[in-house]
Amino acid sequence: MSSSVIRVRGLTRTFALGSGPVHAVRGIDLTVGRGEILGFLGPNGAGKTTTLRMLTTLLPPSGGEAEIAGRDLLRDPAGVRRRIGYVAQSGGLDPACSVREELVTQGRLHLMSRGAAAGRAAELAAELGLSGLMDRPTGALSGGQRRRVEIALGLVNRPEVVFLDEPTTGLDPGSRAELWDLVRRVRAEHGTTVFLTTHYLDEADALADRIVVVDAGRIVAEGTSAELKRRYAGDPATSLQDAFLAITGRSTAERPLAI
Amino acid sequence: MTLLAHTGIVFGRCLRSTLRSKTNLFFGMLQPLLLLALFGPLLTGLDMGVSGSSWQTLVPGVLVQLALLGGSYVGLGLLMDRNLGVLDRMRVTPVSPLALLLGRTLRDVVQLVAQSVLLVLLGLAFGLRAPLPGVLVGLLFVAVLAAALSALSYGLAMNVRTSPEFAAIANTAAMPLMLLSGLLLPMTLAPGWLEGASRAVPFRYTVDAVRQVFLGHYANTTVAVGAAVTLALAALCLMGGARLFGRVRG
Ligand SMILES: Nc1ncnc2c1ncn2[C@@H]1O[C@H](COP(=O)(O)OP(=O)(O)O)[C@@H](O)[C@H]1O
Ligand SMILES: [Mg+2]
Repeated sequence: MSSSVIRVRGLTRTFALGSGPVHAVRGIDLTVGRGEILGFLGPNGAGKTTTLRMLTTLLPPSGGEAEIAGRDLLRDPAGVRRRIGYVAQSGGLDPACSVREELVTQGRLHLMSRGAAAGRAAELAAELGLSGLMDRPTGALSGGQRRRVEIALGLVNRPEVVFLDEPTTGLDPGSRAELWDLVRRVRAEHGTTVFLTTHYLDEADALADRIVVVDAGRIVAEGTSAELKRRYAGDPATSLQDAFLAITGRSTAERPLAI
Repeated sequence: MTLLAHTGIVFGRCLRSTLRSKTNLFFGMLQPLLLLALFGPLLTGLDMGVSGSSWQTLVPGVLVQLALLGGSYVGLGLLMDRNLGVLDRMRVTPVSPLALLLGRTLRDVVQLVAQSVLLVLLGLAFGLRAPLPGVLVGLLFVAVLAAALSALSYGLAMNVRTSPEFAAIANTAAMPLMLLSGLLLPMTLAPGWLEGASRAVPFRYTVDAVRQVFLGHYANTTVAVGAAVTLALAALCLMGGARLFGRVRG
C-alpha cells in the first residue's frame, strides 16, 4: 500500500424517521491504498450502501470527513465526482436507451466533447465486449450484459477509484465469474482502485485484496481473507464463512452461495 | 456559460428520450386535441359573456390546461429515473446539479410549446381567428407557465418515494386549480363566490391574459397582471424546484 487514495475518518450517518433515528453508519475509519481492491463485506442493512452513497457525494454525512482521490469530500464534492466512478446496486440504466446513447451521454456529462465522448464509448465497448450490443436498448440485455454496461458507465472518465455496490447480486454463476475477471482486469490494466460492497463471502474471498467487515454501521474486522480466517476461525484453511460467523454471530447469505 | 452548456447536455439527453417514446408523445397530444374537437363545437352557439368567438376563449384555456396538466406530471418521469438509479448516476458526474433540473425543464417547455402549436393549428381549422402576434405572445405565456410547473413537479418528485404517492398529490392539486382557473369556460359565467375563489389561483390571470392577446389586445391591465403573475409564479417555482431538487433524501 504505497499511497492511499481514500481516507475516511469518523464517518457517520443518521436518518431521522418518524419512528425515531436510524443510525445507519456509526463511525467508519478507513484507508484504501491506490490500486487496491477493497471488499466492504456485511449483511443486508449493515450500512454498506449508505457509506458508499456518502463517499460518492450523493448523501451528506451526519459527521466525519473523507478525502477521495486527493479531494476533500465535503469541501470539493465536484472534484471528487470528476475522479470517481459509481455503479449503484440498482444499476442506473434507462431501459429505453441504447448502450451507445448511455455511454456517449455519460461522457458528455463528464464534460467531454461530442467526439471525445463517442471515441471513449467505442474504446470502452471494445474493452468490455460490448461492441456488438451498442445499438440495443439496455432493457433488451441479459443481466450480465447489463452489469457490464453499468460498469463501463462507471469507467467513462477513467476514474482513480470506482465504487461498485453489490456488483454481482442477482447474476448467474457464469456471469459472476466473468464480472470478477473484468474487475481484476480493470485494476491490472489501469491501476484503478476498486471499492466494492458485497454480502457474498466467496466474492470477497475471491476478489478482494483486503476485506473490511461491517455490521450495524461499524467496522468489526479488517484484514486479508487469510488473516481473517486465521484470526477468527483459528485456521487459514477453514472457510471465510466460519470466520464471518465468529465475527458477526450470523451468516451473511440470504440464499445459498453461488459457485 | 458553464451552467448553460451543462443544461444543454442534459436537455439533449432528455429530448432524445422524449422523441424515442412515440406512443407517449402521441397520447399526450391526443387528449387536448380531442377536447378541442369534441367540446369546442358545443360552445359556438353559447353566449359566454365575453367578446370574440368562443374559440378565442376555449383555445387559450386548453393551452393553459395543457401546460398545467402536462407540466405537473413530468415529475413521474423523474421519479422513474430516480428509482432506476439513472439520476444518481448522473449526479456523480461534474455536471452542475442545477443543470440536471434545468435541462429537463427546458425539454418540457419545448415539448409543451410544440404541442401548443399543434393545438392552435387545429383551432384554426375549427374556426379560431386570432392575430399572429397575439398567438406568439400567448405561446410565450404558455412556455413560462410550463417552466414553472415542470420545475415544481420535479421538486415534488425528488421528495416522494413512489409513483402513486406522487400521482395522488399532483392530482389533488391540479384538479381544483384547473376548475378554479376557468380554463374550459370563462369565469364570467361563475357565481360571485366562485369568481372570488378563482381570484386566488394564479393560472386564472395567465389564461385571462392569453385570451386578451388572442383578441389582439396587448396593452391593458389584464395582460400586464397576467404577465406579472405568471413571471412571479415561474420565479417562485424555479427557486422552489431547485431547492427541493437539491435536497437529498436517502
Ligand atoms: N433513506 C433512508 N431512510 C431511513 N433509513 C435508511 C435509509 N437508507 C438506509 N436506511 C437504513 O440504514 C440501514 C443501512 O442501510 P444500507 O446502507 O442500505 O445497508 P446495506 O447496503 O448494507 O444493506 C438500514 O437499517 C436501512 O434501513
Ligand atoms: Mg445495499
